[in-house]
Amino acid sequence: MANTDFRICSLSGLKISRSSELLIRWNLIAAFATLAVGGLMGLLVLLTRWPSVHLLPVEHYYRFLTAHGLDALLAWIIFFEIALVHFTSAVLLGTRSYVTWLGWVAFALMLIGGALINTIVVLGRADVMFTSYVPLKADPLYYLGVILFAVGALIGFIHFFINIVLSKRDGGFKRSLPLGSFGLAAASIIGILTLAHGAAIFLPTLLWSMDVIPTIDPSAYRLVFWGLGHSSQQINVCAMVAVWYMTSAFVVGGKPVNEKLSRTAFVLYILFINLASEHHLLVDPVLSSWHKVVNTSYMMHLAVLASMIHAFAIPASMEVALRKQGYTRGLFEWLKKAPWGNPAFSGVIISIVLFGFLGGITGVIFGTEQFAIIRHNTFAITGHFHGTVVAGTTIAFMAFTYLLIPFIFKRELIWKGFAAIQPWLYGAGVATLSIGMMSAGSFGVPRRHYDITFSGAPFSFTFDPAIDMFMSMMGVGGVLAAAGGLLFILIAFGSIIFGKKLEQQ
Amino acid sequence: MAIHEPERIWWNPLSKDERVWVGVALIWMLVSFIFMPIYHLVGSQNPPSTTYSVKADDFDKLVEGMVSKYKVGEENGFPVVHPDPSEPVFIRASMWQWYPILELEKGKTYKVHLSSIDIQHGFSLQPINMNLMALPGYDYVIKLTPTSAGEFHIVCNEYCGVGHHTMVGKMYVK
Ligand code: HEM
Ligand SMILES: [Cu+2]
Ligand SMILES: [Cu+2]
Repeated sequence: MANTDFRICSLSGLKISRSSELLIRWNLIAAFATLAVGGLMGLLVLLTRWPSVHLLPVEHYYRFLTAHGLDALLAWIIFFEIALVHFTSAVLLGTRSYVTWLGWVAFALMLIGGALINTIVVLGRADVMFTSYVPLKADPLYYLGVILFAVGALIGFIHFFINIVLSKRDGGFKRSLPLGSFGLAAASIIGILTLAHGAAIFLPTLLWSMDVIPTIDPSAYRLVFWGLGHSSQQINVCAMVAVWYMTSAFVVGGKPVNEKLSRTAFVLYILFINLASEHHLLVDPVLSSWHKVVNTSYMMHLAVLASMIHAFAIPASMEVALRKQGYTRGLFEWLKKAPWGNPAFSGVIISIVLFGFLGGITGVIFGTEQFAIIRHNTFAITGHFHGTVVAGTTIAFMAFTYLLIPFIFKRELIWKGFAAIQPWLYGAGVATLSIGMMSAGSFGVPRRHYDITFSGAPFSFTFDPAIDMFMSMMGVGGVLAAAGGLLFILIAFGSIIFGKKLEQQ
Repeated sequence: MAIHEPERIWWNPLSKDERVWVGVALIWMLVSFIFMPIYHLVGSQNPPSTTYSVKADDFDKLVEGMVSKYKVGEENGFPVVHPDPSEPVFIRASMWQWYPILELEKGKTYKVHLSSIDIQHGFSLQPINMNLMALPGYDYVIKLTPTSAGEFHIVCNEYCGVGHHTMVGKMYVK
């Protein structure tokens, strides 16, 4: 391969090949586009759930809620992760993305699958939520879309291993991967295992929707579906933690204080998280109590231990780096002098804090038997995962975007002042939204519910009036988050199109 | 750095702070882990797990059998049933009703059989906020001892189609 294929990024010192650059760019563009669609759907759904607005008619509410879950959770996050696959398995190592065509096949499958899913959902042929619990039935093309997207993602994660094996041959690294790549290796391993569950459940469901298979057992569906649905959240956690470490390195020169500790923590995620999937089934019939207790308690806490380790190691790496830069006065000078105006840095800190305190802690609590029975399918659950996957993963990915735009798109950010406040605005919005949802849920307010005044029902029931305040809190927080999300989309696309070109050799 | 290959030997011993942190976190996790089975044994808020498989038709017959035997009234077209605690009690979920209205006695222990005859529904008893899944094909048995008298509602909290938000049922404890 000719050397002209590579350039050196003058900001980061990274050696970037054209092949990786294009794959990363297009996966990111798809990610931003699906986040824009998903976010808009989120806003419309929010304005329907907010009782004083109650915007959409009933069918549209469920339709857009289905689309919101799919675009935001599935498409935005996985497109971004495939961009991270190439960033960490090629760019960080200073080698190229190998078998480029395979990368494009993966991208095309995800794009076609995503487009198919959205079309079918918007046409009203799949009002089934992203969980599509059987025997609620969607158009076969919906399941086909999910399968195409999942196969694309599977190939994307496999690509990680192709890249690192060939990179090692070409001297990209000698013995060990950089920690950022190691994190994505963990994510890719979990990704491959998870997507196998996806195949195991969506293939039979597709056949069932075409009347080839007579029935799918609803309980078995739930078990295998959550093998996909929950375990895939650990792809997100691994990718998010890798982004935390990498941002600390790029922005303040942070160095993991102990590589052994940080890497062991990633291995704990791979080994133990799958077992936690069963917390989705704590109040289901069929499985015995002991089966549930063992699966939800036993090893899950070792995965939580991993998060505790990262929560120590990343701030420690920042502190050490900032102290080395001379901010040594008192206990906290380094914290005061940290680059808070840099949205990549502030975004990661916000992500760490909110993920831990909002998403993580509530997850551990709701995952116990005794709590599941008083929280299952209430709005508290929606609040919990807006704490993990939005306040945690999404904000971390947004923060990293502020680095990738100059590194990969060779553009300066536009609207630097707005960019500096974007993570704060979005973070404050999501935190308020999430706390509002969790509080309303603790009074029994259900999730995925068109009208909590139950108009048209044979009996009327009124929730504790305290929920009015919490639902409004959710509404106000959600509108702030939507504003922050819009700002992000404008800055991302604006910079890609109009940002000042950065000249590099 | 997280973006560079680590030095040749990175399998270094942990420093004191790290050992303390990991130790405390590990102990905390072990305590949480041990308490899950302990709460299951000593606690009184465990989800039930007795399950039978049942066909929709058969379940329907059981429900109608109970209704014709113990019906004491009617409300909005739904029968009100006052069953004997020594016999099984049934609640049927379907799009979009909880059927029938049960009238239970405070302090008596009932075996409530919960199932759906079409798609998945979410049994959410309000305002005490107790939530269980109702799946088609499975009969989920809940040992229930009402401890306070009054009027309760059953909200559906698993999405079950456009009428989902109208799926509200009732239960009395006397
Ligand atoms: C502008 C920011 C956002 C707002 C205002 C928002 C708001 C909402 C609301 C109101 C719901 C409805 C819950 C219900 O009625 O049951 C919801 C559900 C959901 N949201 Fe978001 N959201 C936002 C961003 C995101 C992002 C970025 C993700 C994923 C990374 C996400 C993932 C989900 C998922 C998975 C659901 C559950 C869908 C379901 O129950 O089927 N949201 N969101
Ligand atoms: Cu229902
Ligand atoms: Cu329902």
